[in-house]
Amino acid sequence: MADLAYLSISEAHELLQASKVSCVELTQYYLDRINKLDKTIMSVLTLCDKSALQAAAIVDQKIQNGEEIDILEGIPYTAKDMFLTQGIRTTAASKILDNFTAPYSATVINKLNQAGAILIAKVNQDEFAHGGSTENSAYRKTTNPWNSEYVPGGSSGGSAAAVAADFGVFSLGTDTGGSIRQPAAYCGVTGLKPTYGLVSRYGVVAMASSFDCIGPIARSAEDTAIVLGVIAGKDKMDSTTIGLNLDDTSAIRDDELRIGTTQEYMNHPAILDAVTAFTEAGHSIEDVELPDGEMALAAYYVLVPSEISSNLERYDGIRYGESSEQAKDLRDTYMKTRAEFIGPEVKRRILTGTYALSAGYYDAYYKKAMQVRTLIAKQFDTIFETCDLIVTPTTLQPAFKLGAKSDPIEMYKTDILTVSANLAGLPAISIPAGTDSETGLPIGLQIVGKLGQDAQVLALAVEFQAQTNWHNKVKECLA
Amino acid sequence: MTKISKAEITHVAELARIELATSEIETVAGEISSILTFVENLQAVDTSGTEPTSQVTKLTDVWREDEVKDCEISRDQLLANTPQSQDGYVKVRKVL
Repeated sequence: MADLAYLSISEAHELLQASKVSCVELTQYYLDRINKLDKTIMSVLTLCDKSALQAAAIVDQKIQNGEEIDILEGIPYTAKDMFLTQGIRTTAASKILDNFTAPYSATVINKLNQAGAILIAKVNQDEFAHGGSTENSAYRKTTNPWNSEYVPGGSSGGSAAAVAADFGVFSLGTDTGGSIRQPAAYCGVTGLKPTYGLVSRYGVVAMASSFDCIGPIARSAEDTAIVLGVIAGKDKMDSTTIGLNLDDTSAIRDDELRIGTTQEYMNHPAILDAVTAFTEAGHSIEDVELPDGEMALAAYYVLVPSEISSNLERYDGIRYGESSEQAKDLRDTYMKTRAEFIGPEVKRRILTGTYALSAGYYDAYYKKAMQVRTLIAKQFDTIFETCDLIVTPTTLQPAFKLGAKSDPIEMYKTDILTVSANLAGLPAISIPAGTDSETGLPIGLQIVGKLGQDAQVLALAVEFQAQTNWHNKVKECLA
Repeated sequence: MTKISKAEITHVAELARIELATSEIETVAGEISSILTFVENLQAVDTSGTEPTSQVTKLTDVWREDEVKDCEISRDQLLANTPQSQDGYVKVRKVL
């Protein structure tokens, strides 16, 4: 049988189509790998082995009949436990959804299903995606495949760890303030946060609706582009979807791009190599003034908890989810259910948001933060008058040790370079671009583009990965 | 440093319908105070004449026909996730 380790989408596709490996064998390879390695990595919340093997057998039948298969047909993947999956448990890593099985699937899950991709596992995350290390999961602490003393990042930490550990070809994550890019950086893989509204949020557990984005984590920018092509598009079930035509690539430039960055990042190990590679490719590096990260974080930590406090009202112990047995009346049902089944970080955010939206504080916090959001978006507009793309490190530091950031605000600060793109809705990708000399852990480079210019962001990431080898280092992380 | 009192936290927890044990209130008040202090630098930004941004797509008035359609999900499927139901309805504890 062919070597199945760390296959890209097109490699897996070619092996399947040429019958060099059967889809059942390929699926079984990932299931075996999970069984063997996930005792340490702890990324899987629900294994979908039976349904995956059934779906794989159907793909094999098609290949045996001599039919052509589509690019994602028979490709095994994992999904963060934020995505509703009909008939398969969805917890959002919260005890309040411990026994929740959705009666329908998210639009993106349906699209991947229709494309023939095979869901092999639902993976870990911070509870309701509130966190930056996956330590806020109510179920388990996922470890970084590069070194099990370190966190995989978060909130899509299970997805990034699963991709780095070769549990499937790609994973689906969600990104509200960096939750795809930061764990991708920490785990040495590629994570794409598309333009806000490019991918339907229907059937995805809501966090902060004006920020939430869905995107792929994979081992190359090319693979994230393939997945994006399948999951993007207008959806009548999500009226914020924008219906951008990704097939129209006429606007993509591959000649001399003007790439903006800030002087203070020039010596960061993630940037050094990249600047050389970009310059060699004929691009120019411009010094620009980026939005103040502290200010962006402050606006984010008013607006996002406010939206959370409203979105999470639905966990009331009545229509679905867990319900307190101790409650005596209706009001008590709300109070005790939310006290018993919601974790501490989620409670903190609900309370912060409720405070920011309450009478007397709305103007000082919520409205003010919305105005700062406008200023940040305008600052990006100004930068993009003279630049095509922006590059920064994805995070200032590589992954930290489990338990190292017990102060919530220290945890929030790990997203300091990623939140600005969410405030403005911009597309952004994190790609591996270096190694930390002290820990040997991977370091990520972030590329941010103009609203709707996801293809341009991907084009530079693909070009960088054709020139460099950083994205292939993950193949040795468990060796 | 923004200091939020125990009384304010009790009120906010009441609004958010989260029961806090007496022993938790002080800790939570401290944590929320730290978060509010962290976001205090927003006040230093001059936002006069700046419109607030609540969404970034700039889409407006996304309409659809108001049609009656069959729900693909059955009543039984929906009620399967309900903590308590009776005769095809969601059951709640006494209101008053």
